[in-house]
Amino acid sequence: MLWLTCPICGRRPIDEFSFGGEFPTVPDRITDPATRDVDYVWMFDNIAGVTTERWFHHAGCRRWHTARRDTITDAVLHTGIEDATDTVL
Amino acid sequence: MNEFVETLLDLQWHEPKSTYDVVIIGGGGHGLATAYYLATRHGITNVAVVEANYIGSGNSGRNTTIIRANYGIPESVRFYQHSLDLYSTLEEETGCWIMHATKGLLWLAHTETAMRSERARCLLNTACGAETVMVDPQAAKAICPQLDLSGGGRYPVLGASHHVGAATARHDRVVWAYAQGAMRMGVHVLQNTQVTGLLRDGERVTGVQTANGNISAGVVLSAVGGNVTTIANHAELRLPVRTHPLQAFVTNGYAQSLGPIISDTELFCYVSQTARGQMLIGAEFDPQPSYSTQSSFNFLQSCTSKVTHLLPFLKNLRILRQWTGICDVSADFSPIIGHTGVDGLLITTGWGTWGFKAIPAGGSLMAELIATGKTPPLLEPFGLDRFASDQALADQGSTGTR
Repeated sequence: MLWLTCPICGRRPIDEFSFGGEFPTVPDRITDPATRDVDYVWMFDNIAGVTTERWFHHAGCRRWHTARRDTITDAVLHTGIEDATDTVL
Repeated sequence: MNEFVETLLDLQWHEPKSTYDVVIIGGGGHGLATAYYLATRHGITNVAVVEANYIGSGNSGRNTTIIRANYGIPESVRFYQHSLDLYSTLEEETGCWIMHATKGLLWLAHTETAMRSERARCLLNTACGAETVMVDPQAAKAICPQLDLSGGGRYPVLGASHHVGAATARHDRVVWAYAQGAMRMGVHVLQNTQVTGLLRDGERVTGVQTANGNISAGVVLSAVGGNVTTIANHAELRLPVRTHPLQAFVTNGYAQSLGPIISDTELFCYVSQTARGQMLIGAEFDPQPSYSTQSSFNFLQSCTSKVTHLLPFLKNLRILRQWTGICDVSADFSPIIGHTGVDGLLITTGWGTWGFKAIPAGGSLMAELIATGKTPPLLEPFGLDRFASDQALADQGSTGTR
């Protein structure tokens, strides 16, 4: 995975971006509130397939954006700012 | 150096049975070591090790073969020192030459901040039984004459911590030594048998589904590297683990000997010499989780520019091979070993970039846990339940370069 398309700056080398983690999800089958909290804080889906995750373009526009990426092939399927908080850090 | 060694091994292959006392998923170092210690220490030989490919084809065949114990928290130092001790007698015990060589490890510091953390590391290691001492630049130069103390004019060496007991061993041979020892005792190793699911009886795990049929078991141990989340999903088990690629490369042969292993926290890289004379260089794992074993040019570029500052002779060598493994990195950078909360399923995972050095300790202590049902004291801190009870073992010392 060498390049990522920033919705603002276009196709840029991966070194310019920071990985911000995937959207944390807690499975519905976990019902105990305390266990749900532990799951939210610590556990990862670690999906082998398409994930939705956050990236920060630290060496460019300095904005967060959302990417959909296949973790088996490292192909980026989609990048966009539609889910981003528009904060400039 | 190791060509055709496989043909000299005494490996007895068996047809799979339909039931075993213990089924271990994953024929890498940890899986085979657990089988070996179950058979030799506890007399449990009705054991199958189920491997999707060939033994040692995963991370046991891709690591950078460094054995050390200079970690950052007491629990880890004690655990890895136990492993280091077991490694030093492994050749004698198994009768196999694993090419174990004690070399020492120099951990370089370029700033006062790094000097402070290296001093702290020395004190902690000494208190927990690992031999680590501070050395000044001249002493570091005496241990490793190739070192450029000015760091190419960019990264001056202010000092280093010297972990005296650090060693390297040939990774394939460690896997083969354990496989041979276990198979001689009657353990079945089933290659090319991918686990596709877990057999369940209510909540309890009672065996594994494989492409070649079902195998029932008293206890199932997941000793999978990289793909552990897939196995855990079969039991609806949630793990604090992400899979990250880790890259490394070797150069062509260097005619002289590089004495110790050189490691660097601030530059995030480490260098050692293989028994063939090649220089083996690695760095941190890639920041984004991925199951891809694609190597990248970015890595070569950043890593070579850093190591050539410290060891200028590397500029005259050529890169021979580059490869990638996928490692399961836990949320607190410490391994997860023991019960899972799912009846009948044990786990040894979260070995990230520190699994090879832990093979003898991980295997022997997991075997003790399976055989006696009691968690050995060295393993107690590393349970999966530590996350829920807020006792995570955040260890900066666990990744290859910290």
